[in-house]
Amino acid sequence: MYGLGMIKGFMVTLKHFVGTYTEDVQWLSKRYVDVDKLKMRQSPKGKGLFTVQYPDEKLEVPERFRYIPFLIYEEKPDGAKEDRCTSCGICAKVCPPQCIWIVRADDPVTKRPVPAPKEFYIDTDICMNCGYCAEYCPFDAIKMDHDYELASYDRTTVHVYDKEKLSKPVSYYARIRPTDYAAEEKARAEEEAKKAAKKAGAAAKKE
Amino acid sequence: MTEAVAPTAEAPAATLDMRFPGAVTPDTRAGYSGYVVTPEKLIEVATAARDEMGYDYLSSVTGVDYLTDGKLEAVYHLYRTSGGPALALKVQTPRDNPVVPSLVSIYPGADFQEREAYDMYGIRFAGHPNLKRILMWEGFGGWPLRKDWKEAYYEQDTKPFDTRWPGGHFYRSEEKNPFAHNVVYPEGFLPEGWVSEAEASQYPDISELEQGNGRGFKTDKIVVNLGPQHPSTHGVFRMVVTLDGETIVELHPVMGYLHRNHEKIGERNTWLQNMPFTDRLDYISSMSNNLGYALAVEKLQKLKVPERAEYIRVLMVELTRICNHMWAVGFLLNDLGAFFTPALYAIRERELILDFFEATAGSRMMCNYMRFGGVSRDIPEKMRDENTMDFINDMVFNRLPKAIDDLDTYLTENEIIRSRCLGVGVLPADQAIAYSTCGPLLRASGVPYDIRRAEPYSIYDRFDFKVCTRPNGDIYDRYLIRMDEMRESVKICQQVLRDMPAGGEIMAGKPQYNVRAPAGESYGRVEGPKGELGFYVVSTGKANPYRYHVRAPSFINLTVLGELCKGAKVADVVVILGSIDIVLGETDR
Repeated sequence: MYGLGMIKGFMVTLKHFVGTYTEDVQWLSKRYVDVDKLKMRQSPKGKGLFTVQYPDEKLEVPERFRYIPFLIYEEKPDGAKEDRCTSCGICAKVCPPQCIWIVRADDPVTKRPVPAPKEFYIDTDICMNCGYCAEYCPFDAIKMDHDYELASYDRTTVHVYDKEKLSKPVSYYARIRPTDYAAEEKARAEEEAKKAAKKAGAAAKKE
Repeated sequence: MTEAVAPTAEAPAATLDMRFPGAVTPDTRAGYSGYVVTPEKLIEVATAARDEMGYDYLSSVTGVDYLTDGKLEAVYHLYRTSGGPALALKVQTPRDNPVVPSLVSIYPGADFQEREAYDMYGIRFAGHPNLKRILMWEGFGGWPLRKDWKEAYYEQDTKPFDTRWPGGHFYRSEEKNPFAHNVVYPEGFLPEGWVSEAEASQYPDISELEQGNGRGFKTDKIVVNLGPQHPSTHGVFRMVVTLDGETIVELHPVMGYLHRNHEKIGERNTWLQNMPFTDRLDYISSMSNNLGYALAVEKLQKLKVPERAEYIRVLMVELTRICNHMWAVGFLLNDLGAFFTPALYAIRERELILDFFEATAGSRMMCNYMRFGGVSRDIPEKMRDENTMDFINDMVFNRLPKAIDDLDTYLTENEIIRSRCLGVGVLPADQAIAYSTCGPLLRASGVPYDIRRAEPYSIYDRFDFKVCTRPNGDIYDRYLIRMDEMRESVKICQQVLRDMPAGGEIMAGKPQYNVRAPAGESYGRVEGPKGELGFYVVSTGKANPYRYHVRAPSFINLTVLGELCKGAKVADVVVILGSIDIVLGETDR
């Protein structure tokens, strides 16, 4: 019969249409109030309405989500901030669009380079969010941020991030990427233990 | 003796240089393969390759600038649609007067590719019916891919730039070097009030009419520009259509609006830096692009990829195919006028796959996931408080098969779709091959050519899947073939999840940022969702590729568009274009 295919098709639409209501009744509209329910709404098991009403509702980004990079500093007990960055320049070299600019610090007396950045810029207009800087940094000093709401009114003044704007504490990093942070800390502890053992061994030999 | 000369499938080489002594010589440069052909004999050699040796498919035509030798080289990759490795032909021509005979008469699929090589290198293809710029505009001076050409914000030949470290005092290149200062126009060109000859040549029928009847404009033929800003073009793309009433008399695709000289950027980049740029080619299916490029470079480096990484790669690439086909099918319906309901049903499934990509690679679309020798990171343990493997198993075994069936019930038998698509935009098999079409477009015309089977790469030889074909080559078949392929991809994903080793390495060797490749050339190709995606790279052993060419399926599939649309109705053009499934990021590069 002509039109049967269309009717069959419309049954699918109807199923979806009814589905949105039956799902809502099941959740008693909680799925629109409770942000946790977003995860259910957008999952392989999710049925009915699928959309997320951004910016009223926001999906949680996964841990590995990458946006503009940031620099990590350690917070010392006395309140001092110590950059992890040694200005080795690997991030600037590996950066595909070349948006990272680093001025290496010099010792004021000897004029010899010291392992710290004096200035650090990232042109966020040019950054392509590839994550290479974080991936290849040997000191875990630069990582990709989760903050994706960066719109502003003036590109020439706001979009070039300097060191101050880029720097964030380790605790922030530990919060947004707990798994990565834990793995790195573990590796670091192991490395240090190995070094200590070596030192102890060398000292024992000397004696 | 006579036996040795007889052309055989195993030794085409011996026959080629024996048949054309003096004209064809093996390419003996270190790391190179194929044959160097003299320009005078190219047509003869190509005809012999096609008619006697069965190389019926011209995959790629491109140029290379060997500046220090003072030579330009045209590189051809020929294949058999029955499968097997490539026959690479190279033709060298002096840089100051580069002329190579055109192969359009033998392989019509060379049309756009030769125009591109002309546009980028200035190689003149003698006998080409319509040799003019294709990606750049006519008011552009210079040949942008030649080694001595410098772009507007030129800073240095290769990255990393010296200004960035250790004295990286930031400046904006546009302030230091305002755009107007280094723009070159052709000789005698006045930017104001200039009308492109090429533009005028898009409208031959108007001038014919004006001259023909002596009374000026007649209205039974009209030229309409569809695009560049038009929702049906899936991006910034223009079709110049000559209409007789509602019927298409002629159609010229005009492209290049999104051209950014991707290949030049690629040659300034280091090997590794190119990876995220490949994401931006066909931005719907970045994982496939990553794989294609990784394969090309791994071929040069002779790298072996660990077992688990191979499985993860295949999983990602097949999920990408599903994403892409969901998108293509959804938007085909949009083009038919079923505004967005089918598209959104399809995109919903894609969203969930992208969630998985995001959790694994860190980004939904610009995945930048593969590395030379493996993948950047393993699949995470958890994804939204749930076991990731549970999520992906649920998707592949339950949700996706159901979603595809749902889409099938929803659309396949719909009478409106059938009457709009059956028998429209028909592409016969012989024409599909001659025009170098690839992917679903080629297979919908009944040619069982799929690189995953024709020249297996990665670990595709381990999986059980069918190369889908459909016999009619119309829009309806192109829709059906995508549904078929999604089902096959789900099947492959299921096998991957079944067989994937639970743990183990995902990278060969230590991750390195200063990757190098030994000198030589390589052509890596994959069966991307849109068709054959090839990367032709030439290395001189340095930190940057000497040549980086992308054989873009969207671009080459457009060669046949004009032919497909002839005689169709104007409303069908939109659907025919939609059924080819192009992405302009890849077309224009």
